[in-house]
Amino acid sequence: MGTKTLKQIEEEFETFQILNEEGKIINEDAMPDLSDEQLQELMERMVYTRIWDQRAISLNRQGRLGFYAPVAGQEASMLGSQYALDKEDFILPGYRDVPQIVYHGLPLYQAFLFSRGHFQGNQVPEGVNVIAPQIIIGAQITQTAGVALGLKKRGKKNVAITYTGDGGASQGDFYEGMNFAGAYNAPAIFVVQNNRFAISVPVEKQSAAKTIAQKAVAAGIQGIQVDGMDVLAVYAATQQARERAVNDEGPTLIETLTYRYGPHTMAGDDPTRYRTEDMDNEWEKKDPIVRFRKYLESKDLWSEEKENEVVEKAKEEIKAAIKKTDEAPKQKVTDLIEIMYEKLPKNLEEQMEEYKEKESK
Amino acid sequence: MAQMTMIQAITDAMRIELKNDEEVLIFGEDVGKNGGVFRATEGLQKEYGEDRVFDTPLAESGIGGLAIGLALQGYRPVPEIQFFGFVFETMDAISGQMARLRYRSGGRYNAPITIRSPFGGGVKTPELHADSLEGLMAQQPGLKVVIPATPYDAKGLLLSAIRDNDPVIFLEHMKLYRSFRDEVPEEEYTVEIGKADVKREGKDISIITYGAMVHSSLKAAEELEKDGIDAEVVDLRTVSPLDIDTIIESVNKTNRAIVVQEAQKQAGVAANVVAEINDRAILSLEAPVLRVTAPDTVFPFSAAEDVWLPDYNDIVAKAKQVMNF
Repeated sequence: MGTKTLKQIEEEFETFQILNEEGKIINEDAMPDLSDEQLQELMERMVYTRIWDQRAISLNRQGRLGFYAPVAGQEASMLGSQYALDKEDFILPGYRDVPQIVYHGLPLYQAFLFSRGHFQGNQVPEGVNVIAPQIIIGAQITQTAGVALGLKKRGKKNVAITYTGDGGASQGDFYEGMNFAGAYNAPAIFVVQNNRFAISVPVEKQSAAKTIAQKAVAAGIQGIQVDGMDVLAVYAATQQARERAVNDEGPTLIETLTYRYGPHTMAGDDPTRYRTEDMDNEWEKKDPIVRFRKYLESKDLWSEEKENEVVEKAKEEIKAAIKKTDEAPKQKVTDLIEIMYEKLPKNLEEQMEEYKEKESK
Repeated sequence: MAQMTMIQAITDAMRIELKNDEEVLIFGEDVGKNGGVFRATEGLQKEYGEDRVFDTPLAESGIGGLAIGLALQGYRPVPEIQFFGFVFETMDAISGQMARLRYRSGGRYNAPITIRSPFGGGVKTPELHADSLEGLMAQQPGLKVVIPATPYDAKGLLLSAIRDNDPVIFLEHMKLYRSFRDEVPEEEYTVEIGKADVKREGKDISIITYGAMVHSSLKAAEELEKDGIDAEVVDLRTVSPLDIDTIIESVNKTNRAIVVQEAQKQAGVAANVVAEINDRAILSLEAPVLRVTAPDTVFPFSAAEDVWLPDYNDIVAKAKQVMNF
């Protein structure tokens, strides 16, 4: 009896897909309402982000960037979900989710400053509703419940969206955040980007649950598993979750099945220790960009020439952004003291004087 | 003026701020309809509605995250942690997150959050209710830690805490909740955070303390007076940041000092006070600055509180030791 129930639950979380690996629409009914220009824009963003990832890895190797968590492979999951948002929606990203906040309005040079470890990277411009990437895995989830409740209390027709990985779904804060949002019926979207590995630990070692999406059941909220290499499916799932949320129908957990082609981070992780070449090859066949390119080409919406334009634009803009990053003033201890409190307490007033003196020499 | 217990003064402060500032939100486990396990939020939900004063699921980490998220939407959250021994569940939300929000965003965001939480021994609570964990909080840059000892201070400090635009940990000693009444103005007033208060003036020795130990120290001062020792009792009121000026002024006057805390010797903030005095007033000292603390064991099984918790006799003995150095 028990086993049967478990199986029944799993069957409710079949993978939602619109575009197959050959770039063919296999689920016409679910096709989101996107104009040709929007479809092209989505493709441009994915190509741009792939180039950005390549450049970031290379800049990191040259020592011109610091902390960097590669994103190649996850473009559909990251950008398809962000594309479904309104500017007033609030994003609480994890450490890998820099592309989402850049497309939500954070200037690229600030993303690079974040990577280098400079406070100005995190000084999000007014009107851009994001917060800096969260390093403590799970903390963004409970905070999202709070932001969503805040939006609901203000009567805004907006959502809070957050991202974590498959490993993150094992944290206590993951459950607490979803459960709080559920209990308050708050407009939150929880995205779990399941790239199958938390550093070296495969998803099978995280949980006996067959899907992460079914963890929504524990919070009594909607859950959906999506092909995370299919930008149209990710967009459609996020858009529907958003609709429900702003119509006071509560939060949604979206699991995107995806893959990172690169290492976990650029801080010495070597994926060949835990992943096979066969596995990498299998997932490369699912490449979200290749698949979407085929689809757009079949509709005459994409060409090699167009793609090259995007690549060149990306390279130029990245170069300009890095230049601007280089121009940021060096941080001083007095800067760091200054941003601790609205009004400095006595101990910091004293230390401020001490470091002003030191810095004036 | 009205005669109020400390808990009534605390409720009064919250009522005033709910009225003054519509961004103030009060939430936690059982703080709504029930009015809190100690009645600290009694009547507030009825008066201000469920939108302002509400219950949460039973999860301290979630409460901390909720507070941060609400702060990101411009609210002024006043969450409650039912007993401060449960802070371990939400250490990341407090020390890892809200304390750092202004800094990590370069001032773009801030966390005007006041966490209220009861603690303190002497009332025979079960495990992990009474532990003094203010030392953990005092070590975290970005926080302020306030511990009132009287109804008057509690109201004025809580109003200041709620109005502060950075996170404040407001710790309420359970033994002081209803142990005595005091004159408390009915209107609003504030007591500045980071300011100590000389609760008894004296010229022979400074007793620097906070929380329930303020009252034990005052009682010890009475005993010492019988032996001709005139003790000055300094109530820190804020344990982070310390009011260095008041501490040093007192030590420079008396030339002798002890620091008294309920926490274990390896915990609390006494070592920090001693270090500041050594740094700044060593030439005034006639004797080393000694500490009265609890022993370095886990907080006692409730039937052992009487032999474990520091009391006024320990303070008298330590003060005499310093006087006779």
